[in-house]
Amino acid sequence: MASLPDVEQLCERLARELAARVGPTTAMIGIHTGGAWVAGRLHAALGLKEPLGLLDIAFYRDDYAKQGLAKDPKRSKIPFAVEGKDLLLVDDVLHTGRTVRAAINELFDYGRPASIALVVLAERDGRQLPICAQHAGAKIKVPAGMRLRLKRDDQGGLRLEFVHAA
Amino acid sequence: MQRNPQLNEHGELQHLLSIEGLPREILLKILDTAESFAGVTERDIKKVPLLRGKSVFNLFFEGSTRTRTTFEIAAKRLSADVINLNVAVSSTYKGESLLDTVANLSAMQADIFVVRHGSSGAPFLVARHVKPHEHVINAGDGRHAHPTQGLLDLYTIRHYKKDFGALTVAIVGDVLHSRVARSLIHGLTTFGVPEVRVIGPQTLIPAGAAALGVRVCHSMREGLKGADVVVMLRLQNERMSGALLPSAQEFNKHYGMTAEKLALAKADAIVMHPGPMNRGVEIDSAVADGPHSVILPQVTFGIAVRMAVMSMVVGGA
Repeated sequence: MASLPDVEQLCERLARELAARVGPTTAMIGIHTGGAWVAGRLHAALGLKEPLGLLDIAFYRDDYAKQGLAKDPKRSKIPFAVEGKDLLLVDDVLHTGRTVRAAINELFDYGRPASIALVVLAERDGRQLPICAQHAGAKIKVPAGMRLRLKRDDQGGLRLEFVHAA
Repeated sequence: MQRNPQLNEHGELQHLLSIEGLPREILLKILDTAESFAGVTERDIKKVPLLRGKSVFNLFFEGSTRTRTTFEIAAKRLSADVINLNVAVSSTYKGESLLDTVANLSAMQADIFVVRHGSSGAPFLVARHVKPHEHVINAGDGRHAHPTQGLLDLYTIRHYKKDFGALTVAIVGDVLHSRVARSLIHGLTTFGVPEVRVIGPQTLIPAGAAALGVRVCHSMREGLKGADVVVMLRLQNERMSGALLPSAQEFNKHYGMTAEKLALAKADAIVMHPGPMNRGVEIDSAVADGPHSVILPQVTFGIAVRMAVMSMVVGGA
């Protein structure tokens, strides 16, 4: 199996790429849980004025009827007015696009942003919706029957890994 | 062993009928889920699409304003359609049985029945007869249980006191007629609250109260000493028959909450009341509107708790 890229390097590269588009109305939102970890790195690197927002999309999922609520829904916390902001929406892995769809829906219940750009640590194939990332740290080919996920160790270190799809 | 009628075969919440018999993990999950919904109620658009297309029937065979309204708001914030039936003045009056009423509403494609009934056990009866995709939430049955009120009381206590592990909770007044007290007591003991006291005149404390794991006190002095949480109950005039009390004034004198009596509890004690309050009977205005009172936050928390319960029964969580 091909070795996976280093997460810290990907974050540094993404931060350099994003620095060019940061303006006075830029704000960042991370999607629980992995996206929030990545957003934490990027937010610190970019030194954004607005505090980092966190989004739990549990109440906006489209598979609620089949899956029920997530085991442990977190509270969404957006500590700034979304209205008129240029949002950087951050997730760890872009796969089907359904999480991003749910996140965009939720964001619009907070207000009308001026724009939303999708930033992901890694993208893979398997899109089920017409959604693409404006900034992707890496494009990764995932072997059949596997899933790509972001893992955090006890020291807060992040790494990408393949796990068997449930 | 008979399966718990509130849980499905995977041990997930299917109906909410009483706090009694629910495992601690389920109660904890309800409180945690309510916590995330509390965030929703602080936004501009206080609505999530979780129950879009579902129908919630509020089936109140007994009067209620607060409970019915907060169930309605909770359902609407989950994007469900809500139908309010004031059954007390419609079909039953014409002689229709409870199960016939439910069967007819089921034919109108119901997903959740929120049932309040004067007879203890009525929601259990309904739960036994609904289809597998239909869910029943008890909004108060007779003297038996009022689980969503108990849950919002637990939520309120956790919100202000953070931890159940070292608390003294005093429940004051008409415990005999109170389904609120019964539900709360079961919740508190499930969470391992070390000291739960009930305070009231002998005639308003149910025989065998001690079997619920509470300490029975007949004086406020004894019962309020060192309490972290004081729960005042409404004196339920409408449920009283016979001479249980000399008079409301007499009750007020001994068991009504005044600033003076509240001073017996801890300095940071909170005062709760399920409403509606009889000011000047079980609680004085100085306390109800005072700095220790969390009576209005209770109402707000009730919405998030009911959102959590409705989303969990439908989602099989």
